[in-house]
Amino acid sequence: MKETMATKNKNEPLVLVVDDFADAREMYGEYLKFCGFRVAEAQNGVEAIDKAKRLKPDLILMDLSMPVVDGWEATRRLKADASTKAIPVVALTGHAMAGHSESAKSAGCDVVITKPCLPHDLIKEIKKVIGAPAAKEAKAKRTSA
Amino acid sequence: MAMARDSVGVAARSTMSAEARLALLEELLRCAAPAEAAQSVADWLLAHSGADRTLFAAPDPVRGALTGIAGAGIPARQLKKFALPLDDSGHPLIRALTNGSAISFHSSRETRLGVFGDTPFTSIKVGGGGDEPAYGLLLVSPATEMPEPGVRWVAEALGRCLQNVGGVAVGFGEEDPRVRREHALLFSIINAATDPILFTNMEGQLIIANSRAEMLFTAPDDVSEGRRRAVQLNNMFFSAALSRTALGEGEAGRRELLLVDPTEGSDLLFELLSTVVSDPREGTGVVSILRNITDLRLATRQIDENYVKLRAAEAEVRAERDRLNLLIDSVADPIIVTDQEGEISLMNNPAERLFTVVVGSGEDAQRIVRANDAHFTSFVSGLLSTGWETTRRGEIALVDPNTGRLVPVEALAAKMLSDIGELTAIVTILHDRTEAIERNQLYEQLKLASEELEGKVREATGELANQNELLRRQALELEQASAAKSQFLANVSHELRTPLNAILGYAAMTLQGVSGELSAPQRRNLSRIDANARHLLTLINEILDITRIEAGRMPIQIVAFNLPELVHEVTTELEPIIAKSGLQVISKLSSDVPTLKTDRQKVKQILVNLLSNALKFTPNGSITIKAHAPAKLSVAISVIDTGIGIPKGDQVKIFEDFRQVDQTPRRAYGGTGLGLSICRRLTTMLRGTLKVESKLGHGSVFTLTLPANLRK
Repeated sequence: MKETMATKNKNEPLVLVVDDFADAREMYGEYLKFCGFRVAEAQNGVEAIDKAKRLKPDLILMDLSMPVVDGWEATRRLKADASTKAIPVVALTGHAMAGHSESAKSAGCDVVITKPCLPHDLIKEIKKVIGAPAAKEAKAKRTSA
Repeated sequence: MAMARDSVGVAARSTMSAEARLALLEELLRCAAPAEAAQSVADWLLAHSGADRTLFAAPDPVRGALTGIAGAGIPARQLKKFALPLDDSGHPLIRALTNGSAISFHSSRETRLGVFGDTPFTSIKVGGGGDEPAYGLLLVSPATEMPEPGVRWVAEALGRCLQNVGGVAVGFGEEDPRVRREHALLFSIINAATDPILFTNMEGQLIIANSRAEMLFTAPDDVSEGRRRAVQLNNMFFSAALSRTALGEGEAGRRELLLVDPTEGSDLLFELLSTVVSDPREGTGVVSILRNITDLRLATRQIDENYVKLRAAEAEVRAERDRLNLLIDSVADPIIVTDQEGEISLMNNPAERLFTVVVGSGEDAQRIVRANDAHFTSFVSGLLSTGWETTRRGEIALVDPNTGRLVPVEALAAKMLSDIGELTAIVTILHDRTEAIERNQLYEQLKLASEELEGKVREATGELANQNELLRRQALELEQASAAKSQFLANVSHELRTPLNAILGYAAMTLQGVSGELSAPQRRNLSRIDANARHLLTLINEILDITRIEAGRMPIQIVAFNLPELVHEVTTELEPIIAKSGLQVISKLSSDVPTLKTDRQKVKQILVNLLSNALKFTPNGSITIKAHAPAKLSVAISVIDTGIGIPKGDQVKIFEDFRQVDQTPRRAYGGTGLGLSICRRLTTMLRGTLKVESKLGHGSVFTLTLPANLRK
């Protein structure tokens, strides 16, 4: 429901954080903003697809276990849709079982990260995918220091 | 008789009828001696021819005269006196013996015979046809018609009769015909005797012998040389025997005499019976009777032999019987032999125990024996009463008189028959059935027990099948339960991670200054939250590992890799910790270690674990990673530290779940205590061994040995 849009700089990459667990969603969102990203949030698969189509984010951070439409199904639909097909999806799963990451990849996820994942490590992965500009990197580093 | 007919002679003159003639012929046939026949003819002529006097005269060569033999109508004195010298050939009657057949004389002067006086008479020649001399002359007076055919017929009849009676040499001696007859009879009796009879003089010379004696002791001229010699021998033997008798070895002694059969040549044994007889005319002689005892002796010998044989047979029978007795006694089953009457004639010892009373036994025993006997008798009598049955089988309930024990027996009786099918005995064998009955009972019990057992087995088998089915279901349930557990653990781990993720995330962010600068105590406290959250995360990860191993969700993936590379990777991964510990980590990998084909990920996990532990428990000194090939297709990797060491008693415990040597809540070293437990499980999956050598205060050596080529 809550839509946090970074308004100050339209050039900064937009990350759609999809998670039904608000604490995790907001934690990653806060840290991403802290690191210089724009952040949009969705709390289930349906919402995620809707926002992805409307906002066209640069990356979707997708929790897999979710009510209504889960992460696998949402990813499949996004990857099947030509308008959202190009948006990279980084999946997050609390399940350490081997089967999960495979099924997530076959659903179309570009990267699968197992929880727990510290915000700092997550940002590293995201940057690997979208190739964040050095300025933003530097800014983040500065802020953290 | 001649005198009696004197008076009726003429009156019956013409009665020479056919009947009379037939009667004469019959009478003549009965006559045995010539004189008797002549007398019959003389008498008949007087009665039937009308003659007054008749006379038959015959030549007597001894007296050399024609003498009167028989006559009728003539006084005996005159008949006896009648004699004409045979050499008086001039006498007409002497001439009549050879010439003509009948001559009538009319005057006695002619003949000078006083017998007829002056009465004419007729002389008829009897016999002497042709050249043969006549038997005699039949004189009939008075001479009636010449020639009288009836008289002539009579003369012919007499001639034939004489020829029959005496043959050619008819003698009309003085002897009484009866004496002659007796003599002949005597001789024929002697001849008829089957034993040789001899009369000899004292020297043994033969005087009289019967035909059998003659056969032994005389030899006609025409016999063979062999026979003659045999006869000679016989005479010698006989003389010798006789001389011994004469020497007084027995006046009428019986002795044996061996002679030779002259015709057969075989030996004949005789018993010689000789008696000396004195005859006034012939002098002293010996009468010997020989009795042939050859057959008798043979028979005696035969009897002797038979007797010996009989004795031998008897002895054999006795021995046979003894043997049979022994045999019968040695048979354990009672055997009883009964005769035709059903009376017991023989029994063996076992039978005696049942059917005889022991001396001094009580009344009970006697009663039992009587009862046994009655049972047995009724059984055997059943066989006796049937003619056609030869054997009988039955069961008798007997009682042992000594113990009072019931003895059920099977009785088998058989008839013994002689060659002619006559019943001689019945043999009965009793067989004690006690054991058989007990065996049968035992068998029945066994069968029952076996059936019961079979039933139980069947029941048990059924139960087992049920159990199996139950187990199968349980296994299925367990499998499902296990799957459910795994699912549950996966869920739990997910559910745990989600909040932990937030804790760790916010702690890190806050420490990073996302929410502004922190004071020193805030930073310290937040660091503790962070450290504990991390520990909790390790615990959750390791529990999850164990769960995955046990749920079979950690499949083996075999790849080929080089150990040095892997070791480098491990040390690199742990570089931050190594750097923090300040310890020196040395790798000493032998070149003989082959390329490994096993699950690389798991080997790495084990090594990371071992190295982490070594770093954790080594305050100072160094850590060495060594590797070599102890055998051709295996590798041994050791992690050697100079740490605190593990007490001997704890070296096994450390591989158990949640184990650390220091179990106090405030232990000095971190870690979950699951690390080595996971290593042990992984090692087992890789078919290897994980061993520890340690000395408290001197360090530890953990050695992982693995097959170089793992096969699934």
